[in-house]
Amino acid sequence: MSSPLVQVQDLAKTFDVSAPWLNRVLEGKPRLLLHAVDGVSFEIERGKTLALVGESGCGKSTVARLLVGLYQPSRGQVQFAGQDLHAGLKGGDSGALRRRIQMIFQDPYASLNPRWRVHDIVAEPLSEQGLVSDALELSARVAQLLVSVGLSELDGAKYPHQFSGGQRQRISIARALATNPEFLVCDEPTSALDVSVQAQVLNIMKELQRRLGLTYLFISHNLAVVRHMSDAVGVMYLGRLVELADKQALFARPRHPYTRMLLDAIPKLHDTGRERTPVQGEVPNPLQPPAGCAFHPRCPHANARCAAERPELLTLGGARIACHAVQEQRIPFA
Amino acid sequence: MTQALLQVKDLVVEFTGRRGTLRALDQVSFDIAPGEILGVVGESGAGKSLTGAAIIGLIEAPGRIASGQIVLQGQRIDNLGPEQLRHIRGRKIGAIFQDPLTSLNPLYTIGQQLTQTILTHLPLTPAQARERAIQLLEDTGIAAAAQRLHHYPHQFSGGMRQRVVIALALAAEPQLIVADEPTTALDVSIQAQIITLLKRVCRQHGTAVMLITHDMGVIAETCDRVAVLYAGRVAEIGPVREVIHHSAHPYTAGLMAAIPDITQDLEQLYQIDGAMPRLDAIPPGCAFHPRCAHGQRDDCRQQRPELMAAGATRAACWLHQGAPS
Repeated sequence: MSSPLVQVQDLAKTFDVSAPWLNRVLEGKPRLLLHAVDGVSFEIERGKTLALVGESGCGKSTVARLLVGLYQPSRGQVQFAGQDLHAGLKGGDSGALRRRIQMIFQDPYASLNPRWRVHDIVAEPLSEQGLVSDALELSARVAQLLVSVGLSELDGAKYPHQFSGGQRQRISIARALATNPEFLVCDEPTSALDVSVQAQVLNIMKELQRRLGLTYLFISHNLAVVRHMSDAVGVMYLGRLVELADKQALFARPRHPYTRMLLDAIPKLHDTGRERTPVQGEVPNPLQPPAGCAFHPRCPHANARCAAERPELLTLGGARIACHAVQEQRIPFA
Repeated sequence: MTQALLQVKDLVVEFTGRRGTLRALDQVSFDIAPGEILGVVGESGAGKSLTGAAIIGLIEAPGRIASGQIVLQGQRIDNLGPEQLRHIRGRKIGAIFQDPLTSLNPLYTIGQQLTQTILTHLPLTPAQARERAIQLLEDTGIAAAAQRLHHYPHQFSGGMRQRVVIALALAAEPQLIVADEPTTALDVSIQAQIITLLKRVCRQHGTAVMLITHDMGVIAETCDRVAVLYAGRVAEIGPVREVIHHSAHPYTAGLMAAIPDITQDLEQLYQIDGAMPRLDAIPPGCAFHPRCAHGQRDDCRQQRPELMAAGATRAACWLHQGAPS
């Protein structure tokens, strides 16, 4: 068996959100550290999609930014095709590595330069990386990229404002594909789109994956979209993975209480007029995370151990789960 | 049949600009019964927020109500002056907007904002108003309400702020609340709490709700009836179960099929090709016909369909012409 394309080990990112030095000295304010991502490990097989889900502030976008090298990790490492990613990005031949990893951002209005023509936007990675120097060849390649995402080659002459949200996201995808990457990090690529347009973009992304053998890290808060796109799913809560499982297993038998809560919270089309009792409480302040399991204040199965001891991510019946209650079999099997 | 609380008849909203007049709402008609929750759903630019704004009287220039009527409890409210409207807003119609931070004044405590609203509209003494404010906060699930009165909006989390906004909307016991994307800015677990809350308090107070959202799941769980808007027109309206499971309009059916289903795996999602037309390029006939699988008939291209009976719902689609209801 081949080794996974992406291997993440104990990855962590801490942001210093302390008050300025002078305020700390004069007012005695403490140093404040925000553990945005705190010891996350996973791997992604070549040609597969791993989805990360969670609510705002759970650290999923920080993981995305760490994986493309927009952030330096505070701890842990990322192996990309057997090579240390962050060491490689600092080294002499970082370009070769960069062109194998590309990113699609959430907001297609903010991620495209409004003053550039679409042709220049899509061509930038090609000329920046020195992949294509001949102008004719460049236009041909850009046209081919635009067609591959369902746009017309004539669209290259237009500006981003002349396109709708869904079409702009196609431009972002064309730009990301320009360097023939193997690995695409997609941070909420369809959250800003309407459902009918979302379906178009998701279909294109799946089709491109099949055709080009792409590997995706797909970040989303929408579990239905995740089910459609992924092969494996990681559920994050306050900077840590609480459950990592095969898609089939996760949706058929969610084990972690937080995963169950998320699945239950989604309004279902088929349950018209459903009455329910939603989980109480909110995501705690990440600057003062609860001791022990971060989810214990909201968890119906929490006991004294959950409040004191942080559960590790352990392999249990094919999935990896960080929960004392599941490990002690206090939660009945669903 | 009981008399409708709110009737919207042939509402037309136009924006006049340098390049001519754009028609953003085109002959929108529906009504809301007392205590009923009506969902209004559609994609960006379909005119759902504008419909809400027209009812609250918040359409700003260059937009204007060009024709049609909005009737609340037998009284026309679309042609009232700003002063008369002020008495209706808050007293008879409450509003909840998407972003709770911008709908609360950051410089006043929530207690001040609540009592002010209550005193403006109800004949109560300040002490009674304070009592009522505490009661409203408790109703909306805010713990230690008496202490929380002295807090400013920034001291609340997003979900808690939206609870305060709901309390504010209910402050003067309005008969109708217009809720424009009340949960879109919130996480799913908080969204579930707010939706359950909105449903519960409105049933308790007998308040009707017009719930504007793009999330069909929220509509399915919350509403009694739903109106589907497309390009400024009502495409389909009917009981929520019927519209979702037996959509009569091809647009509604496509919209439903395009939503990824959490209960099953599909290789490919159904997609409606193309996008909603811009306001300056709405096609003649049925606005949906260029994207419609059945849209190649002559009447679809030439003549605009009115809402007609289609099974248990009403749809603006020529496919249902002459069909027995």
